[in-house]
Amino acid sequence: MGRIVEMNKDSGVTETRYFTFAEAEGFKLESGRVLGPITLAYETYGRLNADKANAILVMHAFSGNAHVAGPATGDQDPAWWDFMVGPGKALDTDKYFVICINVIGGCKGSTGPSSISPKTGKPYGIDFPLITIKDMVRTQKVLIDHLGIKKLHGVIGGSMGGMLALQWVACYPDTVECVIPIAATLKHSPQQIAFNEVGRQAIMADPAWKGGNYYGGPVPEKGLAVARMVGHITFMSNDSMEKKFSRRLKDDTQGFKFSADFEVEGYLQYRGMSFVKRFDANTYLYITKAMDFFDLSDSKWIPEDGLPGTRFLVIAFKSDWLYPSVQSQEMVKQLQMRRVDATYCETDSTYGHDTFLIESEAEKQSHLIKHFLAKRK
Amino acid sequence: MKSTIKRLDYQVICGIVGSGSKVLDLGCGNGDLLQLLAEQQGAKAQGVEVNNEAIHACVEKGLSVFHSDIDSGLPYYPDQSFDYVILNQSLQEAKKVEAVISEALRVGAKVIVGFPNFAHLEARIRMFLGGRAPIASSLPYEWYSTPNLRFLSIKDFKSFCRTKGYKILSAYFLDSQGQVRVLPNLFAQNAIFVITK
Repeated sequence: MGRIVEMNKDSGVTETRYFTFAEAEGFKLESGRVLGPITLAYETYGRLNADKANAILVMHAFSGNAHVAGPATGDQDPAWWDFMVGPGKALDTDKYFVICINVIGGCKGSTGPSSISPKTGKPYGIDFPLITIKDMVRTQKVLIDHLGIKKLHGVIGGSMGGMLALQWVACYPDTVECVIPIAATLKHSPQQIAFNEVGRQAIMADPAWKGGNYYGGPVPEKGLAVARMVGHITFMSNDSMEKKFSRRLKDDTQGFKFSADFEVEGYLQYRGMSFVKRFDANTYLYITKAMDFFDLSDSKWIPEDGLPGTRFLVIAFKSDWLYPSVQSQEMVKQLQMRRVDATYCETDSTYGHDTFLIESEAEKQSHLIKHFLAKRK
Repeated sequence: MKSTIKRLDYQVICGIVGSGSKVLDLGCGNGDLLQLLAEQQGAKAQGVEVNNEAIHACVEKGLSVFHSDIDSGLPYYPDQSFDYVILNQSLQEAKKVEAVISEALRVGAKVIVGFPNFAHLEARIRMFLGGRAPIASSLPYEWYSTPNLRFLSIKDFKSFCRTKGYKILSAYFLDSQGQVRVLPNLFAQNAIFVITK
């Protein structure tokens, strides 16, 4: 499948590695378009054992990246799941070989709209082909194959990461034992699509977006920041916002000048502007579309005779109104219909959709995940 | 005392469930019974449980469990998915008893129902002589804090099965020491029935 650009040498280090493939013949995407070469940024933690049977693939959420755990070096973002991955943690790197790959279409080292097109020598922009959740999974499989791993011990992820975990089983049913979708869904509801569309429209309404050709000039930071602000509202809950901000005013409020008067406004503006520094607006468009088109709700992805040898741990959060627990229940019910081994737990938490990323809420999730991953007798 | 009763009913249920059976425990609690069935009988065991901490305990034991109350936990299991569905000490807490049993019989070939006998002598004495709602070793709760919504006797359950046309395949009556063979509706603290359609 193409030349190996960088080898996976030492599995103990958390520097980002890059794997490039499909250089000559390209890679055929679900849309029919051919893309190549494709580079995937990835990180690994722990050691792959001799029979290559202890690998766990962590799938990141919408704005995530390959840097799951450990200190950030170079231009890495802070690790997004540090409390979950490491020695003695739920994804115990003394036992497991943990892999995380930035998705195709992303902007954290993997090929996406901000990458240089070999044809034009310029960034793809919106000439980048539409990608799907399936494309993300199929490209990750190329890397997993390259690492010589035939069967994963687990695939795990929250939100879009959970959708990717489900898609992995749908594509490669015999290649994984433990599947852990957290705060995920079989398909986006109209409400979820609607919020994504507000984000996309905010980006495209920014004059700096310029039909997606803004690279090398000012980026559509106002639009992208607004998109992220909307996102942040949907990731929290009414309770968690009440606790965090209530109606407290900012210290430097100027009063009736439509500046940020309330703490919640200041917080959202801050989150919006800091997001702009680390995320590409076109990637926002591409990945949200991929999530919106994802749909495994017809249950055809589960073979008639079930999934022997695969077991599911489905986790939902009571206060998550963006990916409500009923979506996780629907997932489990599909599995039950096909007699697939599934455990479902709805965790009490007031933090909303973001719960899976919040360290103070780690204990319950970690306990479930750690014990579920343990080999069964 | 309580653990003795528990162990007795677990032993009885272990004896009923044949080796390698597929078992669904409705209201499986912390999974002790399921673990016993898996270990002693090699049962393919899974549960339905509403309590969060109990689910964690089940997962710790390597059991599969679905987070739900038993009143709404079954609609998506295919017909006859299990050899046995167990309702041990959970039926009396169900809101929709008839629906729960009918669903249990749809997804399982046989249903094992274990419940505290409300007509036990101890309960009768407290009721008739003390004039108080019964509290006994198998009914240890005050009226204001009991999780039990249903108070039934062995006779009541037999009559229920007759009305519904369910066949009673076997029945076991227990006190704290062992099986009760004489006047179970008076002397048994717990009853375990195996029923089918």
